[in-house]
Amino acid sequence: MSRLTAVLTYRGREGMVAWAFHRISGIGIFAFIVLHVVDIYLIGGNPELYDEVLAFYASVPGRLLEVVLGAALLYHALNGLRIIIIDLWPRMTVYHRALWWATWVIFIVVGVPGALIILRPIWLQFLRDVGLA
Amino acid sequence: MQVTPYSRARARPVGSRRRELYVWYLMRVTGVALFVLALAHFSILHFIWDPAEQTAEFVLEQRWNQIFWRGFDWLLLMSVLFHGFLGVRTVVLDYINRPRLRTGVLWSLYALAVFLLIVGTEVILTLPVPGGE
Repeated sequence: MSRLTAVLTYRGREGMVAWAFHRISGIGIFAFIVLHVVDIYLIGGNPELYDEVLAFYASVPGRLLEVVLGAALLYHALNGLRIIIIDLWPRMTVYHRALWWATWVIFIVVGVPGALIILRPIWLQFLRDVGLA
Repeated sequence: MQVTPYSRARARPVGSRRRELYVWYLMRVTGVALFVLALAHFSILHFIWDPAEQTAEFVLEQRWNQIFWRGFDWLLLMSVLFHGFLGVRTVVLDYINRPRLRTGVLWSLYALAVFLLIVGTEVILTLPVPGGE
C-alpha cells in the first residue's frame, strides 16, 4: 500500500490526481501507438491481416476499447494543455482549480457524444431489438 | 525496485543540464502539435469514417491517395514518437533506479523508437498511390 502510494504521489497533494491520470493515460496511449504503427505497416506487408485487425476494431469489444482509448487521449490532451497554459503563464496558477474543472467539463461535453458515435452500432441494435428504431 | 518517496515533478529544469531543458520544451511543442494532429486523426477515423469501412484498400484509396494526408500522418508519427518516448523515458527515470537496469531499459526504449520511426516512415513513403504516375 505504501509503495503504491509512493508510486502515485506527486510532490505534495495539489494536482496529484491530474498527474496520476496523465501518467496512466500516457502509458496506455503509448502501448496503443506501438501496436498502431505496426498494424499500419501491414497495409503494405500483409493487407489481408490488416483487414482482420480492422474487423476487430469494428467489433463490440474493439469499439469499447476505442472508447477507452479516446477517453485517455482526450483527457491527456486537455490536461496537457492545462499544464502548458500554467507553464507558460504562471499567473494562471491562481485559477488552477477552475482550469482543472474546465478540463472535466470539456471532457464530458466532447467525450460523451464521441463515445455515443463510436458505440452507435451497439445502441442502434438495442433500439431495434426493443422496437424503438 | 526502489521507489523514491515522491516522483520528480516536471518542473521546468534549471541549472546547467541543457539537455533536460530541451526535452522539457520538446514535450510541450510536440504536445501542442499532438493536440491538433492526434485529436483530428482520431476524430476523422472514428467520427467521420467508421472502423467498419476501413480496409487496407480504403487507406490506399481514400486516405493515402493524397500527399497532404501522408504528410499529415508523417508529422503525427514524428510528434507522437518524440512525445511518447520522451514521456516513457521520464517514467523510467522516475521508477527505475538501479543504474544498469535503467541504462538497459532506456536503450531498449530508444531502439524501439528508432524501429517504429523506420517502419512508419517506410510505409508512408513506399506504399504505392493508386492511379499515380
